[in-house]
Amino acid sequence: MSVVEVRGLTKEFGDMVAVDHVDLASREGEFLVLLGPSGCGKTTLLRMIAGLEEPTSGEIYIGGEKMNGLPPRIRKVAMVFQSYALYPHMTVARNIAFPLRAEGVDKAEQDKRVRWAAELLGIDRYLDRRPRQLSGGERQRVALARALVREPNVFLLDEPLSNLDAKLRAAARDDLLEFQRRVGITTIYVTHDQVEAMGMGDRIAVMRDGKIRQFGTPEEIYSDPADTFVATFIGSPPMNLLEGEHRVVGFRPENFKPIGEFTERDVPSTFRFHVNRSEYLGSDRFLYGVVEGYDENTKVIARVPVGSTIAEGATYEFGVAAADLCYFDPRTGKRLRGDA
Amino acid sequence: MSDEALAAGVASRRPRRSLLDSERLLAVGGLTPAVVYIVALVGFPFVLAVLMAFSDVTVGDPSLDFVGLETLRQVLEDPVFWRALRNTLFFTVVSNALVVILATALALILTKDFKFKWLIRLLVLLPWTTPVSLATISWLWTLDTIFSPIDWVLRQLGLLEGNMIWLGQPRLALASVIIVHTWRIVPLAAVIVMAGMLAIPTEIRDASDIDGAGFWRRTFEIEIPLMAPIIGVAVLFGVILSVTDMTVVHVLTRGGPTNYTQVLASWAFYKGIEGGDLAQGAGTALFLLPVLVAVAALILRFARRTEVL
Ligand SMILES: Nc1ncnc2c1ncn2[C@@H]1O[C@H](COP(=O)(O)OP(=O)(O)OP(=O)(O)O)[C@@H](O)[C@H]1O
Ligand SMILES: [Mg+2]
Repeated sequence: MSVVEVRGLTKEFGDMVAVDHVDLASREGEFLVLLGPSGCGKTTLLRMIAGLEEPTSGEIYIGGEKMNGLPPRIRKVAMVFQSYALYPHMTVARNIAFPLRAEGVDKAEQDKRVRWAAELLGIDRYLDRRPRQLSGGERQRVALARALVREPNVFLLDEPLSNLDAKLRAAARDDLLEFQRRVGITTIYVTHDQVEAMGMGDRIAVMRDGKIRQFGTPEEIYSDPADTFVATFIGSPPMNLLEGEHRVVGFRPENFKPIGEFTERDVPSTFRFHVNRSEYLGSDRFLYGVVEGYDENTKVIARVPVGSTIAEGATYEFGVAAADLCYFDPRTGKRLRGDA
Repeated sequence: MSDEALAAGVASRRPRRSLLDSERLLAVGGLTPAVVYIVALVGFPFVLAVLMAFSDVTVGDPSLDFVGLETLRQVLEDPVFWRALRNTLFFTVVSNALVVILATALALILTKDFKFKWLIRLLVLLPWTTPVSLATISWLWTLDTIFSPIDWVLRQLGLLEGNMIWLGQPRLALASVIIVHTWRIVPLAAVIVMAGMLAIPTEIRDASDIDGAGFWRRTFEIEIPLMAPIIGVAVLFGVILSVTDMTVVHVLTRGGPTNYTQVLASWAFYKGIEGGDLAQGAGTALFLLPVLVAVAALILRFARRTEVL
């Protein structure tokens, strides 16, 4: 149960800067999510925290103690690898027990904890199998079990659920969160799935090109994005961005509504929205179209209730409440504040 | 384009197996050179050797007269044959045990990161790249009865008076043969084991670090078990090289003193080629066959196991 903190952490592979001056500090027992597209440096950052990769510069603290140069064993971190990294010559049971054996836990206690972890993850049927006799999802759960049997200072999980099907993933997500809340061990969870990040994270660090673009609660990240990258990476469908003369205007599809739905107090900005296509999604309806006066290649999406009577091919007055508008610098993509 | 041409065009664009998709053809084409090679260079001499073993052919009388088991009986009656057989087994077991230990240790060291790694790797490989006879001759000098530098060092250290006479005493001579032979095979085995070592995914090693395994646990519970099949292959190659090798014995001791270091391969050579009794030479060599067949079968099994991993 320790706070993890990194300061100015940088990792270069030759010319390539994989992690670029990252500052990040978790809270005690927090579930912190690292979110970002493929290749943005999530795994590299995690490996440096674990002690598997020596940083080019910067410092790593776990529980307030500087960890640079110390091997993983001393950092007492548990990690789930993106590629599972199970020991192919050992049975599932021995794989899960391996960290306990290394710790010198006695045999009876080992068996008990292995059984507990295997049951938690629903793999108790496979305890006598070898990793190669398991499916990808089953292997992933073994890897997770191997991390969970210990009581480490920190959990580092590198996309531990990516290979599970939707149903299993939702269940595993619940189990994992519930388990994490119960043991209260600080967890850093890597994913490139923004839905997973939003659902699980106490806070989310959004990464791109080795840098942290924004670090905050899911609500902050969603409704108050720091730049156009975060605005479009989070949310499905993403935030609409309209390029104006001096600034880019952004608003979420669910805030883009027929003008009749606003009151004076909302001080809505109005747009003339030409609807090209309407998509029925069961719970909502997505309207795809363009806004008059802006580049006609800029697609705009509105999310309206299923019952709305909007027709394809027609143009409507739509609006966004002033509080729901974000402005960005068209050159840097950074958020412009205080001039709404 | 006419309708016919169009139809032809369509027909030719229909998905078709190319010649290289035919597994039968590929199999035949791929295997033919190997089969020809084996028949010409392995099969023919092998059959000839077997025929010779059941004949009384000598250099002086090169006709292949069938004599049944008579030649083999003569071979078995010779006490030197039994000494050679014992020596072959002892020599093979001991030198390969040494080879496994040294090669695995070397591979473990050589896959770590350190300065001048390439230089050390080169030095380790050197014995394998020098011709056997040349290398053995330099050992001949190293183990020389009067001028041995080992003796000199031991004398300087005050551990020895006079000379060890390495190759002149039965036990020391056999030990010398084993040492030189081990020295020759270790590089090959080390390279094979090293390849196996490098084939272990880094993340597996990383995982063992994370799981708190120290050096010994990682080496003995992760690395060595994962390399077991490939170490097995290295051992089997070593066994074949040991069982069939006669160069080291020939150059170092010529089987001496008084046939004490004779092995099957060298004995067959001295009998058959130097002594001119081709039939007895072939008969002696025939006893290598069961060992080699067993080893070959094992190699194939190990190779399959490595695939599964
Ligand atoms: N050992 C290495 N040598 C050279 N470049 C590397 C190395 N490891 C990672 N990189 C590079 O660093 C960048 C970040 O890699 P990293 O594995 O951290 O990405 P990631 O965010 O985990 O991506 P993904 O979501 O696909 O797993 C990539 O561009 C990658 O090519
Ligand atoms: Mg990754």
